[in-house]
Amino acid sequence: MVLSILHRVTGAFLCLGLVLVAWGLIALAAGEAAWSTFAGFCGSWIGVILLACWTFSLFLHLCNGIRHLFWDAGAGFEKSGYFTSAWVVVIAGVALTVIVWLWAAMVGGAA
Amino acid sequence: MSAQPRQAPHDMRTPLKRVRGLGSAKSGLGHWWWERVTALALVPLCLWFVWLVLRLPHLDFASAHLVVATPVNTLLLILFTTIGFWHGQLGLQAIIEDYVHTRWIELVLLVAIKFLAVIGALACALAALDIWLAVY
Repeated sequence: MVLSILHRVTGAFLCLGLVLVAWGLIALAAGEAAWSTFAGFCGSWIGVILLACWTFSLFLHLCNGIRHLFWDAGAGFEKSGYFTSAWVVVIAGVALTVIVWLWAAMVGGAA
Repeated sequence: MSAQPRQAPHDMRTPLKRVRGLGSAKSGLGHWWWERVTALALVPLCLWFVWLVLRLPHLDFASAHLVVATPVNTLLLILFTTIGFWHGQLGLQAIIEDYVHTRWIELVLLVAIKFLAVIGALACALAALDIWLAVY
């Protein structure tokens, strides 16, 4: 139930994320000054918070999207399977987000 | 909600035929289908994109530019952004159709997100091509 509305909320939020992707690509094409403005935004505290939200939104939407695709194929409609897969989605979404940010922190210069 | 679809006295259509296309979108098996197809394509593309972005933060401008400019990355970036904007537009359309109940506002928003999605996808593709052509 909660995941259903979260799927929409994260989906809409990810559309804004695509705007950031567009900004990054255009900045990289435009040159060093534009890129450093973009990198500066991503490295600012508001940028990091937004990026963390986008990472979690992406993985939650991705995992829940795969769950939806299984439903469309006609699998996983039983009540027990419904709740199990919901928890799998939440745990996988959190785990992937943590892994990505730990990785970024280890490689260095993430923020 | 309350009103039953009125059946004409000589309506030969089956009940299923009459209710088809009467959801909030009125029509749109194509919408449903393409939402799934783009979703499927985005599963590997998203994972690849996260992998690409994770390599960028510790790189300076020139190195980041070189990483993004490889032919494979250019191709995958264009695919990711084009299909991403397409899928995003389809998703926003479903949300707008469900929650915006004033018909003219709904129409304006539906057209606006289509325009913005095309502009976004084209801008991303052009930028990716520009980055690629600057190196190769």
